[in-house]
This record gives sequence, C-alpha cells and structure tokens, in this order.
Amino acid sequence: MREFIDGAEAIARGALDAGCTFFAGYPITPATPILLHMIRELPKVGGVAIQAEDEIAALGFCLGATMTGARAMTATSGPGISLYSEHIGLAIMGEVPLVIVNVQRMGPSTGGATTTAQGDIQFMRWGTSGGYPVIVLAPTDVRDCYRLTGHAFGLAERFRVPVFLATDKDTVATRATVDLAAYERFPVRERPLADPAAPFVPYRVAHLDDVPPLAHVGGPHLVRFTSSSHDERGYLTKNPPDVDRLNRHLAAKIEAHLDEIALVESDLQDGAETLLISYGITARPAQEAVRMARAAGRRVSSLVVRSLWPVPETAIRAALAGVRRALVVELNLGQYRREIERLARGEQEVSGVHRVDGTLIGAREILSEGGLA
Amino acid sequence: MAEALTTYLNEDLLPLPFCPGCGHSAIVKHLDAALVKLQLDPRQVVLVTDIGCQGLTDRYFDTNAFHGLHGRSVTYATGIKLVNPDLKVIVLIGDGGTGIGGHHLLNAARRNLGITVLVFNNLNFGMTGGEHSVTTPPGARTATTRYGHLERPLDLCATVGVNGAGFAARATSFDKNLPDLIAAAIQHEGFALIDIWELCTAYFVEENRFNRTLLERAMDELGFSTGILYQHDGPEYSQATRAALSDQRGKPTLPPQPLEPHYTSAVETAMHCAIAGAAGAKVGSAAGIFCQGAILAGLWATQRSDYPVTVKTGHSVADVVLSRDDAFHVGTTPPDLMIVLFAEGLHKERGRIARLKPEATLFIDAALLPVQTAARVVPLDFSGTRQKKEAWAMMAVAAMLQHTGLYPLDALREAAALRPAFAAQNLAAIAEGVALLARE
Ligand SMILES: Cc1ncc(C[n+]2csc(CCOP(=O)(O)OP(=O)(O)O)c2C)c(N)n1
Ligand code: SF4
Ligand SMILES: [Mg+2]
Repeated sequence: MREFIDGAEAIARGALDAGCTFFAGYPITPATPILLHMIRELPKVGGVAIQAEDEIAALGFCLGATMTGARAMTATSGPGISLYSEHIGLAIMGEVPLVIVNVQRMGPSTGGATTTAQGDIQFMRWGTSGGYPVIVLAPTDVRDCYRLTGHAFGLAERFRVPVFLATDKDTVATRATVDLAAYERFPVRERPLADPAAPFVPYRVAHLDDVPPLAHVGGPHLVRFTSSSHDERGYLTKNPPDVDRLNRHLAAKIEAHLDEIALVESDLQDGAETLLISYGITARPAQEAVRMARAAGRRVSSLVVRSLWPVPETAIRAALAGVRRALVVELNLGQYRREIERLARGEQEVSGVHRVDGTLIGAREILSEGGLA
Repeated sequence: MAEALTTYLNEDLLPLPFCPGCGHSAIVKHLDAALVKLQLDPRQVVLVTDIGCQGLTDRYFDTNAFHGLHGRSVTYATGIKLVNPDLKVIVLIGDGGTGIGGHHLLNAARRNLGITVLVFNNLNFGMTGGEHSVTTPPGARTATTRYGHLERPLDLCATVGVNGAGFAARATSFDKNLPDLIAAAIQHEGFALIDIWELCTAYFVEENRFNRTLLERAMDELGFSTGILYQHDGPEYSQATRAALSDQRGKPTLPPQPLEPHYTSAVETAMHCAIAGAAGAKVGSAAGIFCQGAILAGLWATQRSDYPVTVKTGHSVADVVLSRDDAFHVGTTPPDLMIVLFAEGLHKERGRIARLKPEATLFIDAALLPVQTAARVVPLDFSGTRQKKEAWAMMAVAAMLQHTGLYPLDALREAAALRPAFAAQNLAAIAEGVALLARE
C-alpha cells in the first residue's frame, strides 16, 4: 500500500509500532512535527505525551517514565540537544533505554532553524561528560525514518542505553512515497525484566558486557537508581574496584557488540579506486553519483553508514581494504571523516565533499568536487 | 496484612552520613516517622532525591530510590507520576536545588502534580562548601557573600502557593509535629511542598554564629510564617491527564491514506518540478496534491519544502521529483519544470530561473515577466481569474500538467478530492488552471 508521508510521520508511526508509550518534548523547528504527532496519537494507545517546560525537563520526564515502565521517546534539534546534555549522561549512568530524535538544523547556536545540516555527528557521541558510548542511527530517507525508529527502540532495550536517531530537517520535513508494509522491519524487542520471584540486584551482571534486566518502579521489586558511581546494588560508592567495574561495563556492553549494532549498506566494486562514504541525507546523492560514475565506465564503491556510533569498524575496514582513497560526503566540515581517517591509518587517502551553506549536495557536485567527473 | 513496619530506614546502613548537628538527620527521622505513621507499601513509595548533602538520603531508605541531577528531581518525579499516578512520589531537594531547578518546581506546582516536595532548607549549599542559595537571608555571610548577602530570599511557599500548589507549609527541623505535617503532605492529592528550615552546622552555623533561636528570628524578620499556608483541593494533574485523554483510547493511530495506482504515466526518467510562491498561498498543498496524483499514476514522488521560520510571510518553495524508482530524490538537480508565482517566489528563485536549461519549461505568472532565463516560458495570465490567490498554485499545477501530459488530469482531480473539505475548491481551481492555458 503506497502512501505519501513525511519523515516526522514516519518516525511517529515507527515509534507507535515499536510500542512507544511516553513522549515528552519542547517545541523547536524542525522537530516540532514529531511532538505534535505524539501529542495527538499517544493517548490513543493509552500512552502519555506532554510538552515539558524546557528540554531539560523533557528528558527528565522520559527518564522517570522509563524507570516506571514506559517506552519513551523525545525529539529536538541542536539547541535542545545542548540542554539534554546532562540528562544524556544520567541515561547512560542509570542505563535507561530511550530514544532521542535529533532533527539536525544548521548550527552553531540558533543557526538556521529551517536549514538542514549534519553538524551534530560528533556532538551526539561526545555530548555529555565522561565519554561513555551511546548508539546513533542515521536514517537516509523517509522509509528509514520508519524502520530505524523501531530499530532504535529495540537497540535501546537490548543495551539499556539512549539511542539517537540522527535525522535532519530535510529528511523529516520531506514527503515521500512509501510502502511501509513492504519494508523489512526490525523485530520489536520486549524489555528484559528482572524475575519477579528472585531477589533483585539492580546492576548485577555476570560479565562486563552483559546488560542487567530492569525492574520498574512500582513493580514487584524495590528499585534503586542513581546518577552517582554505584555498586551493583545501586548504592553510591567510591570503592575503586566497583567504580572500575561499572565504568568498564558501560563501555563494554556497547563496544563488545560492535558487529551486532553495525548497520551499513556496502556496494563494493572490484577494482574500484575510490570509496564514497555517506550517511543520512547525503546517502542518496552519493549512491546516485556512484551509479552515474559507473555508467560512465568508472569503477567506484559506496558505503552508506546507518549506525554512525559505535563506528562499524569491521565494515568500514573491509570497504577501505580494496581502495586507494575514501571520499566522505557530509553536511559539515569533516566530522565523520575523522573516524574514517582513524581507521584508514594512512593506508588510504581520505578526503571529503563537505557543505555548510545550508544547501544539499547533489550527485553531480559529488562527482566534480570529488574528482570523479 | 503483613506486620506493621516500625521503620523504613535500612538499619544496616546507618548511621546517617551528615555532620554532627546537621538538620538533615532530623528531617530524615521525621520523614521515617511519617512513613511509619502512614504504613505505605515501600514498593509504592518513591524517594526522588536531588543533589547536595540531602541527596545522600535515599540510600538509607528501603523504598524505591531515584537519585538524579542538581535541581532536576522534580522532572523525574513528573515522569514517574505521569506513568503511574498511584505511586507516592516524594522529592527531597535542597535549597540549592530549588534555585537551579526553580522552573520545574514552579511548573509542577502550576500543574498541581500530585508529588510531595520536602525542601531541606539550610540556607546555603552544604555540599559544595557553604555558598549562598536562593533562600539565604539578607545580611548573611556565606562563602560567596563575604560582605553580607544583599539579595532577598525566595519565599518558596508563596511562590508555589500563588501558582497553584494545593498544599504549601513552612516548618523547621526542630518542630515536634513535623512527622504529622509530612504525613499530611504525602496524603494530599495534589502538589504539596514543605519548606523545612534547618541548620548546616558545617557552614552556615559557623559563618553566622547561627542557632535555632536566630533561625526562628530570621523567619520572623522576613515575615515567613510557619504552619500550613496554602491548602485546597483541585484536580491532580496525572489523574486529570488520564481522565481528559480517556476518550481517545482505542482510536486508530495515524490511519494510513492509501494511494493505489490505477492511472498510467509517461514519465520515464526522474522529473524535477520546482514550485515557488508566497507563504500562505498553499504552495505546499498544491505540490502535495500534484505528488499524490502522480502516485495514483504509478509514479514515486517526493516533496521537499523550503520556507522561512515565520511561515506566513516570505517565500514558499516545493521541490517535487517524480520518478519510476523509489529512491529518496530531494531535488538537487536543476529543475526540468518550474512554476513561479508572486513576487516572493520570483525573489527567492531568480537564481535558479536564470540557470534553467533551454530544455526546461518555466510556467510563470505573466505579471512577473520579463525574467532572465534560457528555458521555454509559458506565461500564465491570472488577470481574469475569479479564484483567490490561495488557489493560484493549484491552477498553475493543473496548467503545467495539461501542458506536459506527465500523467492524466483525472489522477490530479482524484488526488484533489482526497480531502472532502477542500475537494470542491480544488476541483474548481484545476478547471480554471486548465483554462488558463487556452488563453495563452
Ligand atoms: C549542574 C551542577 N552544578 C553544580 C553542581 C555542584 N553542586 C553539588 S551540590 C550543590 C549545592 C547543593 O546545595 P543544596 O541543594 O542546598 O543541598 P545541601 O548540600 O545544602 O543539602 C552544587 C552546586 C552539580 N552537582 N551539578
Ligand atoms: S555540610 Fe552542612 S548540610 Fe552537609 S552534612 Fe554537613 S552540616 Fe549537613
Ligand atoms: Mg542547602
């Protein structure tokens, strides 16, 4: 069944189909349409959606709601992510599964409210103190807005971590023809809950990379939750072995599972000299550029990255292996290029096609600016 | 029922971690006494603690515990209460927290959210070393008011009281009836706050040679009365939210609007049509109907919009791409077809108009001519139309479709009638738009 919907509606439908029951947000262009959809739709499934007094409160509400049994989502843009910062840290520390939609607009600061950008790629990863990992997914189109929103909920539950959906104004505000039922969906993942009959130790894991099951406030167990370094019982501690174990766990539960999280679309051609790497709104023009270059007899490879963080290192290394150079296409001055440079280790020449004037990159410009014309 | 609980404190973890004589210890014991009095199921009680010395408290209670960030405890309490209105949610916050998080306090009071807020008000920041807070009395010496405090303290009870709190009281940690007062606050349905004045023996007492008598005198001098200062019933927010939304329950969410193709189209390679006009002139709706018509004709359509942040002024541009494939075309190629209406549309798009290729076609309000372009120009003469300006974009789309034959006009008409409320006016605009070409 074909429909004509925009990315905001696709995200809302993805969230509802993934069992979202709570949404709190604060109006900001270009994320507001998601807030409006959730305010209108969530009560229909018995959920709650609310406009909070500010972004700090919006994410605070989501944290409290999730620990009480909700599946929560919030949506904002750059200035709001800035205000989320401290609560993102709390979500990481308390291991709270939730979904944060970042509809990127031009920054820094107020920047361009209705102008598309990809300026928050490093910010989402490093946007709170401590440096511990989060997961960031980047939809390339309206179809992905639907699929990856559902997937974001699944990964949030799997790893008890905040998962960002890194979109942008044009992906969310553009209407496209979709056939949602025809797309391969990520399975809806239920929240692993602690055994109601067994004693509950909130943060006990057998291995560092295990994820402890949750218990909900108001349920069969007493729940302890804290922003402070804690032992497995959720009690504040400064005891070095406990603190060390906690922090290594927060990293290991993600980093030991890079390949499980990795989501890329590689289209590698034997004998290609150049690899085009793209994500989000630059993916389609990059793929089109590859098609055009091949039609003109050139050999070119393409890698579209849908899981930006943690960096899908195995897939990127494999794509880099055959080529002489990599070209990263992004609407910033080279934020993801840094990661590619890190993985290339000087063995490939890494350059980029970057744009920060608020306009989109087209396939022809990728070919000419990338020396592929 | 199980045996009566004699304490909610975890005695294995005692003693409390506070400095000798710290008022926090007294308040914790009063809170325990209040809980014992109420005999609440510990699993139905959530202590949400803020940052500061008072934030160390939750550890000692065998209830649910949620310890968050400086000033933000009320936000978690809000999320918890909205999801489970049956829980007894008790926020323990310092005077410091009521400053940095005052916004949340105010809004929870305004909403009359059914949480209980106990302010451990020791007139300074204890944990960070005795700096002043929003409740530090005038004249007081603190680490950051070396020469005496010049600011008036926040009257917490009045602040939440005038803004909707159902229950606001002031007390001191020395009050013998504090357990009863706390129990009354917990039992109050709506928002309840107790501003509990107390001593920070490590800092405020040291700096100001402070004691219980001076504390009580300071309250008097400020005119800050004690006891229950505000008390009234009103709809509690988390319950009111559920009640207000209950009739929505079970309704279908975002019902799909199917567009099953049953026309055909001549379009083979992707076709980029840019439609430029003025904000408020329904450019986006006309472009949307154009896309829906294309989908009914078996094409895949995308529609990207550009507009200033103030939506009712300036330009409005829609970049539509029709294609045979489902790739996410966002219109980065030069347009094959372009519609330009109104001075705002022309002003925004002069550059793209000038760069149009000779094979492109520009449909433009004749009143905006001449323009610099290599494209074929199809002037649209709106001077004789009875249609309002909001219909011009729809008219122009119909004219373009008639001229190019991209897909059948019947598909456009069917799309235009999808929303019954607008069907008649859209169909009239299409009819007049087609007629525009005849006048060419
Ligand atoms: C965002 C942020 N800023 C500053 C701090 C440092 N800090 C810790 S406790 C505190 C003040 C606490 O004072 P109060 O709320 O009165 O609690 P008390 O220690 O007096 O019980 C501050 C500023 C922090 N934890 N977080
Ligand atoms: S510093 Fe002040 S508030 Fe903190 S424990 Fe000591 S006396 Fe109490
Ligand atoms: Mg204090």
